[in-house]
Amino acid sequence: MAVKKFMYVNRKAPYGTIYALESLEVVLIGAAFDQDVSLAFIGDGVYELTKGQKTEAIGQKNFSPTYSALGDYDVNKIYVEKESLEERGLTLDDLQHLVWEDEDEDWAEKDSIRLVSRSELADVMAEQDICLSF
Amino acid sequence: MSSIEVNGKQFEVDEEGYLANLNEWEPAVGEAMAAAEDQTLTDEHWDIINFLREYYEEYQIAPAVRVLTKAVGKRLGKEKGNSKYLYELFPYGPGKQACKYAGLPKPTGCV
Repeated sequence: MAVKKFMYVNRKAPYGTIYALESLEVVLIGAAFDQDVSLAFIGDGVYELTKGQKTEAIGQKNFSPTYSALGDYDVNKIYVEKESLEERGLTLDDLQHLVWEDEDEDWAEKDSIRLVSRSELADVMAEQDICLSF
Repeated sequence: MSSIEVNGKQFEVDEEGYLANLNEWEPAVGEAMAAAEDQTLTDEHWDIINFLREYYEEYQIAPAVRVLTKAVGKRLGKEKGNSKYLYELFPYGPGKQACKYAGLPKPTGCV
């Protein structure tokens, strides 16, 4: 099977709708198929990656720790749009520090998040075979 | 929802026998589930079960078998980080069976 470039585009706040969790589950299931996978976080989607989420009061499971497992699933291209962060008064420091371990370099830890501008992200999207929007 | 009885206590399980509330789990529940499937749990089984519980605690998911295999190899030694070893311990599938004994939900994407 030829490898295709899949990008999952996350555009919604983490709770209130099922989109964020559904996207994450599809990514984890799809990771079994050895495709070229990347994730993009734009608009309110950047809130999905924020640190310190507390969900007890809304009676939902806090699934944000699961983003840290993406590296184990060889999902290590996570694009975060710079303008979306800025428009919400956020910086990279407000987001979880996501890393992956490079087996070929004795499990060296590397950053998964790539901060990109809106126009850079548009270029990356244009290279994809498939974009799935959540 | 059905339930199983362990040491006089009732534990709710789903239709496939997975524990309904993972906070209720105790090692005796894992032992009882294994005994019901004619399995005896050795230290090697517990290494995997405990690893799964720690992984869930940290990431809130049960890892896919591929991820489990890689992580076990890294943590418990290369000779254990392969599916042959894991399937010998858990013939019904390491994800499915070990997660059940560990009190975790069925792994995401596991059929």
